[in-house]
Amino acid sequence: MGLNRKDVLGLQELTAEEIQLILDTAVPMKDILSREIKKVPTLRGKVVATLFYEPSTRTRMSFELAAKYMGADTMSLAVATSSVQKGESFRDTAQTIESMGVDTVILRHSVSGSAQYLAKIVKASVINGGDGTREHPTQALLDMFTIREKRGSFAGMKVVILGDILHSRVARSNIWGLTKMGAEVRVVGPPTLMPPEIDKLGVKVYYQAEDALEGADVINVLRLQLERQQKGLFPTVREYHQLYGLTPARLKLARPDALVLHPGPMNRGVEIAPEVADSPQSTIVEQVANGVAIRMALLYLLMEGGSSSEGIS
Amino acid sequence: MKVLVKGGRVIDPANGLDLVADVLIDQGKIAAIIPDGQSQADAAGGADKNPSAEVTVIEATGKLIVPGLIDMHVHLREPGFERKETIASGTRAAARGGFTSVVCMPNTQPVADNRAVIEFIINQARSTGVVNVYPIGAITKGSRGEELSEMADLAAGGAIAFSDDGRPVMNAQIMRLALEYAKIGDWLIIPHCEDLNLSAEGQMNEGYWAMLLGLKGIPAVAEEAMIARDLMLAEMTGSRLHIAHVSTAGSVQLIREAKKRGIRVSAEVTPHHLVLTDEAVASFSTSTKVNPPLRSEKDRLALLEGLADGTIEVIATDHAPHTLEEKDCEYNYAPFGISGLETAVPLVWSELIEKKVISLEKLIACLTVNPARILGLAKGSLGIGEEADLTIIDPEMEQIVRVDDFVSQGKNSPFDGWQLKGWPVATIVKGRVVMKNGQV
Repeated sequence: MGLNRKDVLGLQELTAEEIQLILDTAVPMKDILSREIKKVPTLRGKVVATLFYEPSTRTRMSFELAAKYMGADTMSLAVATSSVQKGESFRDTAQTIESMGVDTVILRHSVSGSAQYLAKIVKASVINGGDGTREHPTQALLDMFTIREKRGSFAGMKVVILGDILHSRVARSNIWGLTKMGAEVRVVGPPTLMPPEIDKLGVKVYYQAEDALEGADVINVLRLQLERQQKGLFPTVREYHQLYGLTPARLKLARPDALVLHPGPMNRGVEIAPEVADSPQSTIVEQVANGVAIRMALLYLLMEGGSSSEGIS
Repeated sequence: MKVLVKGGRVIDPANGLDLVADVLIDQGKIAAIIPDGQSQADAAGGADKNPSAEVTVIEATGKLIVPGLIDMHVHLREPGFERKETIASGTRAAARGGFTSVVCMPNTQPVADNRAVIEFIINQARSTGVVNVYPIGAITKGSRGEELSEMADLAAGGAIAFSDDGRPVMNAQIMRLALEYAKIGDWLIIPHCEDLNLSAEGQMNEGYWAMLLGLKGIPAVAEEAMIARDLMLAEMTGSRLHIAHVSTAGSVQLIREAKKRGIRVSAEVTPHHLVLTDEAVASFSTSTKVNPPLRSEKDRLALLEGLADGTIEVIATDHAPHTLEEKDCEYNYAPFGISGLETAVPLVWSELIEKKVISLEKLIACLTVNPARILGLAKGSLGIGEEADLTIIDPEMEQIVRVDDFVSQGKNSPFDGWQLKGWPVATIVKGRVVMKNGQV
């Protein structure tokens, strides 16, 4: 069984069963990563393109490696070096890429909804690699894979998402995915970085880090974009750290075996204390490896439809 | 040259008329309204002993004959943005939409902040337009909100009111000065109420849908805070204010209370704010991107209530055409605006009349005599001797909106594909038929 859809634009539209399938499929994919020869022929002859309108290192590398491990050819278009700089429209760029025979496009864009827009333009599959502040489905899937690997399931799990919820596509995708899988999600951050009406997504909203962290099983720490301070959304980085930084003292409020996740890149000493980032409870390094496995699973399920499992198990 | 519009239901709120009658037009003026059953030969013959050869007859049985509709808020884009719209194409869109008069905003290039641009628009409308065009002058030079424009000279050149529409007058002192200066001619000031600090970088209404879609919100208070300020300034100065494109429940309440206090204020609402909510943005179709943004269902219901209780007395389209290329892009990069002239009548018919929100007479007043009175125009009435501007509406006609059929250059409509009822079928300007059965 594969994913019976053309695109993966967000976790909002995925069912719990589909999420389960992706997570399950990522398990054997992760095994491939530990092999001597990390290449399977499953997607041989397929072409995956990354189209990145926003700087990114890890997401793009992760997708490209995932595609290559699966045997696909990859190409990448970064806006800084493309004709987009010369004023080419999004539609023209998309059609140009598609006419080169690309099967799947990975899009990263600073404007929310751009993945939907691309999916309407091209016949190729589109995987959202992060659109504006809306969704970043593969990040949430790798976060969920990491949690499940350590804890076995999501039911009843208390997951805290800590930081700038307002501007975070990682937060939104995690909320969709985790609530669908039965976790209890708490969001916490300064009120000026909390989107109005987010409680309607079925999460508990906190403004005090201590309250949210009480008894938590998982803490997902979001990156603080330092330019938000310049817009006056919080007074100083110093005060932010004092109120919301995940310090060893705050971590003690959570369960003793609580996991600490961070999508990276980290601002050590701002949203997360170095001791916490490097502690045994931190899964930050493993998340990166899991990201490749999740993306291999997704490419496989979308492009191969799961019809063949040649070379995987 | 005579025209006889036959057998329709004549609704003329200005004169309290609602009857089945024929309307006789002679020399571009309303010559007679002949109630059903009376011999038209008597009346027509009374005006002319040899009528038949010269009278053009327009059959209107089963249809509504109303004063020519007035849209007091459109963007014709000329001069400067002729790829979006021209006075020729915009007035044809008006005619197709049943409007015989349009009032155009000054955010052209150059801005209509000087008499030369106002006179250009008037002359261009005379030579290329098909409906009456009344230009609005800018409140401030370049609509930059810093210094007053030459309002007296603009008025002398034909500016009918003043607005910096598209931009607010952010400086309260400048708005106070504009309202005071307007006393020279009891001119009308039409503010675009938006606090730019509150709305900065906003793409859509702030709330549930903006949160879900990850788009920066424009809070209702960005509009309401400015309306509150301008109402206080109008109260202080005693000058006249007309609030453009009211979009929130709080705005309606502020205007309702201001009217009770005796402040000289009127207000308009667009068809799209009466019909759509911010949920429509979930499609990420840039045709839903408009300023003020589509609001919540609670706001939409308050706008309907405001119309019903008379707080809002005008329906205006805020017709804002853009090119296909400008709108075919990522949501944040698209300009704000909906091309509204050619869908206004069936939208309000379907939303307000079919759903019995307001009476037919009230709807017609919102599109005719009310804007005419606010603007001081001798229009919006079927009084004998008045210029014969008429619109004929077929209340039973149902068809699908096709933006490809728009005569406006702006195809940016979120209503493409909608099945709507109650379409204008003829538009008559000064006795001349400028649109019949959708053909301009």
